[in-house]
Amino acid sequence: MSDAREEILDRVRSALAGTTASPEPVASPPGVAAGPDTLDVFCERVADYRAVVERCSPDEVAARVTAALPEGDVVVPEGLSVEVPGARVDDGLSATDLDAVAAVVTDCRVAVAETGTIVLDHGLGQGRRAISLVPDVHVCVVRADQVVPDVPDALALLDAGRPQTWVSGPSATSDIELDRVEGVHGPRTLHVVVVETAGG
Amino acid sequence: MSRTFVGMPAFPEAARAALGDTRLRHNLAHATGTIRAKRARVVEEVDGWEDLRVAGAAVKDRALHGLDEHLLTLERTLTEAGATVHWARDAAEACAVVARVAKDHDAREVVKVKSMATQEIGLEEALAAEGVAAWETDLAELIVQLGEDLPSHILVPAIHKGRAEIREIFLRRMAAAGRPAPDDLTDEPAVLAAAAREHLREKFLRARVAVSGANFAVAETGTLVVVESEGNGRMCLTLPEVLVSVVGIEKVVPTWAELDPLLRLLPRSSTGERMNPYTSSWSGVTPGDGPQEVHVVLLDNGRTRALADEVGRQALRCIRCSACLNVCPVYERVGGHAYGSVYPGPIGAILNPLLHGPGDPRDDALPYASSLCGACFEVCPVRIDIPEVLVHLRTQVVDAHRDDPVPKPEALAMRGTGWAFGDASRLGLAEKASGLAGRVLGRLGRSALPGGRRAAGRLPGPGAAWTGARDLPAPPAESFRDWWARTDGGRTEEDRLEEGRAGEGPAVRGRTEADDEPGGAR
Repeated sequence: MSDAREEILDRVRSALAGTTASPEPVASPPGVAAGPDTLDVFCERVADYRAVVERCSPDEVAARVTAALPEGDVVVPEGLSVEVPGARVDDGLSATDLDAVAAVVTDCRVAVAETGTIVLDHGLGQGRRAISLVPDVHVCVVRADQVVPDVPDALALLDAGRPQTWVSGPSATSDIELDRVEGVHGPRTLHVVVVETAGG
Repeated sequence: MSRTFVGMPAFPEAARAALGDTRLRHNLAHATGTIRAKRARVVEEVDGWEDLRVAGAAVKDRALHGLDEHLLTLERTLTEAGATVHWARDAAEACAVVARVAKDHDAREVVKVKSMATQEIGLEEALAAEGVAAWETDLAELIVQLGEDLPSHILVPAIHKGRAEIREIFLRRMAAAGRPAPDDLTDEPAVLAAAAREHLREKFLRARVAVSGANFAVAETGTLVVVESEGNGRMCLTLPEVLVSVVGIEKVVPTWAELDPLLRLLPRSSTGERMNPYTSSWSGVTPGDGPQEVHVVLLDNGRTRALADEVGRQALRCIRCSACLNVCPVYERVGGHAYGSVYPGPIGAILNPLLHGPGDPRDDALPYASSLCGACFEVCPVRIDIPEVLVHLRTQVVDAHRDDPVPKPEALAMRGTGWAFGDASRLGLAEKASGLAGRVLGRLGRSALPGGRRAAGRLPGPGAAWTGARDLPAPPAESFRDWWARTDGGRTEEDRLEEGRAGEGPAVRGRTEADDEPGGAR
């Protein structure tokens, strides 16, 4: 295979003879600026995807999360910010085990207002990628101070070395007549609980 | 080398057949109309969309112009992150890598994320020949696979199928591939999607090897990015033990921050959403999370050939959003199959010839599958000037035939025209002949163009193909040069026009008076 490597690189170099590449990264135009309505925009745009969104104060979170859970087993990652009574902490459940679980509760790493996106980097409080994928209901706790205005703000905060999942609403498809339908392989219900901190 | 649709005729013939399929035209008009409206709405709400396009194009150009360096960086960062990097010059080499990985794990089946690169290299067929079943997990790909059909759109390969046809395919074919469709299946899109969920879930849960492509490969960090909607991508990228990603070398993005314009441009251009439901990124192996054996196949398969074409290389900026398909008046009428490749539409019309080079009659026909209206360039999120490349490729096709022992009729006609136009007296004779033809056609022409000018129907001989879809206007009875000589450069005719206008005078005045009356204007 090293032959293929050398040959491809040679082909690239001869194709580019006389071309110089810009050494500096391209500066992207700035995204939407932060404003007093950033959090409102986030909630509105998440709801646009037909996800459930609710806002609450820090002392209401546990009750709101519990109320959002369906009948059945619940799995949570280690280090979740909220106490979920009766939930099983993930200790390496198999995919088949997870398929029998009704819901998962996670925190997130950052959220993007402009696009209504929640980003998990699968650190503490978020768990392995599989646990927020296989169960049919995903309840996600977002702190108001985690919401940034636009995509570039999120990229700047994220570590490219960590696995990431950007979630914008429940699983959906446009594959039948290019019309959007919610609910295919990922969680069919996304329930976002936004925790408003003092002044936020 | 690359997957083309075996047995498919060249574009003009395939297009003629497609145009006769009224159901296809209905499905396409409905789907492209829906997506055009959605795209327009979400692009409209972004301030400075044009600046984003410029930045997106600049990022991809920077990546392409320093591609050798970025590929070496990517190889290093991927390896450091625990991935095994393979290089594949062509489709056969890439398929061989995937087959070897599957066999090393005694896998008789793999699950696949929708990926244009794996479609392009014909991976499904190659694996089948090795006794490995590759299950498509994207809904549209599943429809195409179960229906033993061909993809016809980059984003939605089953765009040519309506919901009733999809229901039929699920009812008839799902059982042979695994879990059957429920008996009470309706043609509601949500019900069809739920059937796909049930059918594929058992495959996701038991699969040990997955195959994906990547939308972006960040050199600086060794991060691959997959953009999707349904969650089938997440399933394949997360649950199996082994993951092989086939990545075209043009997917490189130099730095993590430079993903920004692309992640803002792609979903709005593609599905007309502010953001697609799921974007996954990973860098090699993450202990305890996801596949613990990760392979990346860096694929050339004609890309370096396209890169060497200084005008055509911009096609490698393509991020496979398919906006150009959705706005193309040609695509909307003939659909994707007529292009004879997994890359249809305007981008396919330039990408296929660039990847393969001139010579194949099917590729050579593609640069002509366009009216050069330019709608594709206008919507392209990375500003690929598709019309410019189409014209450039037409030149290449013509140049490739200059030394043919038997010239094409068009070349003969051009040579004849060149000869006649090269000399004033020859031109005069040609004009007299054309004027005579014009007078004859003016009397005999069956059809008339808007404005009343007579037109010829179908020409005989080599002109038949040209007039098959066009009206040939009858040549004017008098040539410009004759008119110039007769009217002294238009001076004597102007006098006549002046007289004509004077005669119309009262009518014009009458209209003006009426308009001046209060309430006279409607």
